[in-house]
Amino acid sequence: MAAKKLNLKDKYKLLTRDLDWDFSYEDRKQAFPYEDFEGIKIHDWSKWEDPFRLTMDAYWKYQAEKEKKLYAIFDASQQHNGHLNVSDARYINAIKLFLTGISPLEYQAYQGFAHVGRQFGGVGARVACQMQSIDELRHVQTQVHAMSQYNKFFDGFHDWTHMHDRVWYLSVPKSFFDDARTGGPFEFLVAISFSFEYVLTNLVFVPFMSGAAHNGDMATVTFGFSAQSDEARHMTLGLEVIKFLLEQDEANVPIVQKWIDKWFWRGTRLLSIVGMMMDYMLPNKVMSWKEGWEVYFEEAGGALFKDLARYGIRMPKYAGVIEKEKEHVSHQAWWTFYTYGHAAGFHTWIPTDEELDWLGEKYPDTFDKYYRPRWELAKKLEAEGKRIYHNALPQLCNTCQIPLLFTDMDNPTEVSHCVTEYQGDKYHFCSDGCKDIFEDEPEKYVQAWLPAHQIFQGNCGGPDIPDILKDYYHFNLGADNLDIKGSPDEQRWKEWKKQG
Amino acid sequence: MTIEIKTATIEPIRSTFANLQRRFGDKPASRYQEATYDVQAETNFHYRPLWQPDRLLNDKRRTAVVMEDWYSLKDPRQFYYGSYVQQRARMQEQAENNYAFFEKRDLARHLSDDARNSLIRHLVPLRHVEHTANLNNVYGSAYGYGTAVTQAMLFDGMDRLGIAQYLSRIGLILDGNTGESLSAAKQSWMQDSCWQGMRAMCEKSLTVEDWFETFVLQDLVIDTLMQELFYVRFDQWLSEHGGQDVGMLTEFMRDWYKDTSRWVDAVLKEAVSESAANQQLIQGWFGNWRGRVVEALAPVVADMNIDDAALDIALQTLDKRAAKVGL
Repeated sequence: MAAKKLNLKDKYKLLTRDLDWDFSYEDRKQAFPYEDFEGIKIHDWSKWEDPFRLTMDAYWKYQAEKEKKLYAIFDASQQHNGHLNVSDARYINAIKLFLTGISPLEYQAYQGFAHVGRQFGGVGARVACQMQSIDELRHVQTQVHAMSQYNKFFDGFHDWTHMHDRVWYLSVPKSFFDDARTGGPFEFLVAISFSFEYVLTNLVFVPFMSGAAHNGDMATVTFGFSAQSDEARHMTLGLEVIKFLLEQDEANVPIVQKWIDKWFWRGTRLLSIVGMMMDYMLPNKVMSWKEGWEVYFEEAGGALFKDLARYGIRMPKYAGVIEKEKEHVSHQAWWTFYTYGHAAGFHTWIPTDEELDWLGEKYPDTFDKYYRPRWELAKKLEAEGKRIYHNALPQLCNTCQIPLLFTDMDNPTEVSHCVTEYQGDKYHFCSDGCKDIFEDEPEKYVQAWLPAHQIFQGNCGGPDIPDILKDYYHFNLGADNLDIKGSPDEQRWKEWKKQG
Repeated sequence: MTIEIKTATIEPIRSTFANLQRRFGDKPASRYQEATYDVQAETNFHYRPLWQPDRLLNDKRRTAVVMEDWYSLKDPRQFYYGSYVQQRARMQEQAENNYAFFEKRDLARHLSDDARNSLIRHLVPLRHVEHTANLNNVYGSAYGYGTAVTQAMLFDGMDRLGIAQYLSRIGLILDGNTGESLSAAKQSWMQDSCWQGMRAMCEKSLTVEDWFETFVLQDLVIDTLMQELFYVRFDQWLSEHGGQDVGMLTEFMRDWYKDTSRWVDAVLKEAVSESAANQQLIQGWFGNWRGRVVEALAPVVADMNIDDAALDIALQTLDKRAAKVGL
């Protein structure tokens, strides 16, 4: 008997999709209990289009080939002191931020996709989520292995998971993912698969990985290339999720729209650290944050939302505000880190004169007018031996947890500050976007673990800030923090370069 | 003679990450250690899960088992993602060769009718059991505590999806890619009285709340019995009834079981030896599910017409294994 030829779709369907069955002995709701409470209506899971039809044997094979190549590069980099090839010691601080701020999110993605990969009623959706789950585990682990080398030669990497759970600015990424994972399974997918992976991922991934490429960081850029095909799969899943939800029931549209509004805003707030990294932390620049935003969001995202209009989905709320923010956020964020450089787990510095000129060119409407004068002042004070360090604990936004550092975008000298009341208490926000999110689910956001509040309440040791930094955050004071000038990182770097 | 290549040596300022220094001292750590220890968030969670408001996002209380340090449940295989996929890629290459050979020589042609019918009725339906095992292990990965055990549970979950797909391929080899044998096997799974006990058991296992209990039920009780009955005893029966070549197609499952048992046993042994309370708890689960799974499997075993003593022998194997880990 000659075997019938099967195409990929039919083969995948036969091998995978028919594995589940209608229960006869137990209530299916007990096995898959979280599918209903968000109000999303799914009528027919069989309408799910598998975004990538990868069977496990093929998965093992392809991924193993990728891992083999990747680890060969890691080994070579370690053997040949690859860390000496980066553009400058300042660059290393970008990947400190990556390991402490982003890699733990990859881990949370692994956990979140395992959760939904267990919970969805449809086998096609479950398997796609499980595959993303194990991919995300790959990402955190390969990142740790890539950074392992840097940890041996630079400060600030040494206690990355401990710091992620505690350090004030790291509560921004942590709360972002905690928020997504504590949401229902469908919100998680709209938040992470669609809003983050599909719409915004290019703005995290491309800047960091291109930054690595432009700055001689072989280990990180190789990881980036190696993860690219995983990311492509994740993006396909993100798009399938949104189409599936919108096609299943019209009543899903307003729920999905609300989540898109929320997660788009939450995502862009998170990206302000990426903006600052691109504009200030890379000795060899890739492109400005503003350019990145225009290419990856305004052009690509604009086309996407046009496409989604037929389902009744519109552009995310506050997209207009964000368009104005691209001129400002990176400058405001780096200035904040510079002035709180004693409380950061990485080094900060004043941009060089060439960099100030570059920023002026890239931001012709705002930089020279609003931000260059600050740096000129900082330079003057530094020359007088009075480098700026602010000591007061900042007021944090109750939603995104970023200090109130962003200005009103129409009035860039005035800090934006919104307030709302809930059960007799006042809550503070950086923006209307963050206030809206709180007001929609106040009972969730009142739980937020706000680092400044926690310090005031004595939950982070102390009593003095240096005690907290040292004992609670595990910073090596004088090594991990403060200006790059005079830091042990800088001294060692100069020493190595002299030897070379 | 040896040739020495001169390389520049730069002294590192530390050997590894601080969490590993605290655990093992300041010495170079393995990739398994760096990828595993303390990677999961421990504290300061921002919000309670909407789907489980009485628990933290990562919460030790999703099982009644208590461990001083959840990272003591380490994997003797030292699997992190990279070592896991490379090991499985080697296994799948071997399996691929076996399947290709079987198909090229059209060995299905040589199967006796008895063997062919029994494969469709008794082996191919296991894809649904494997699918359950996939969910049960992903459950442990999602709700378990500490990367050491949760990553290994995800690896196991993905393995089970792979095995379900291999079993499906056996079906497709038998029916010339029409999918008829898969439908017939599912029909058996859904309707034949011999399978209903096992199907009910699978459904039941998906409603167990304590993830460690699920692990005991699935990875110890069901898996040991299933391996012994289907991949050892039934394999023997096939050899004696004109189906000896099928062993090529199930070699992966036997290799996988050998590999995975090392991990399952290590985890159980560690958890059981942690405290008398753990021992008692796990013993209770084991005792409860052992009898029920045997009961669920008895009709299939009878229907398979294999050795009458097969179920007893399988049970002895299970008890021996349990005794080895302290149960």
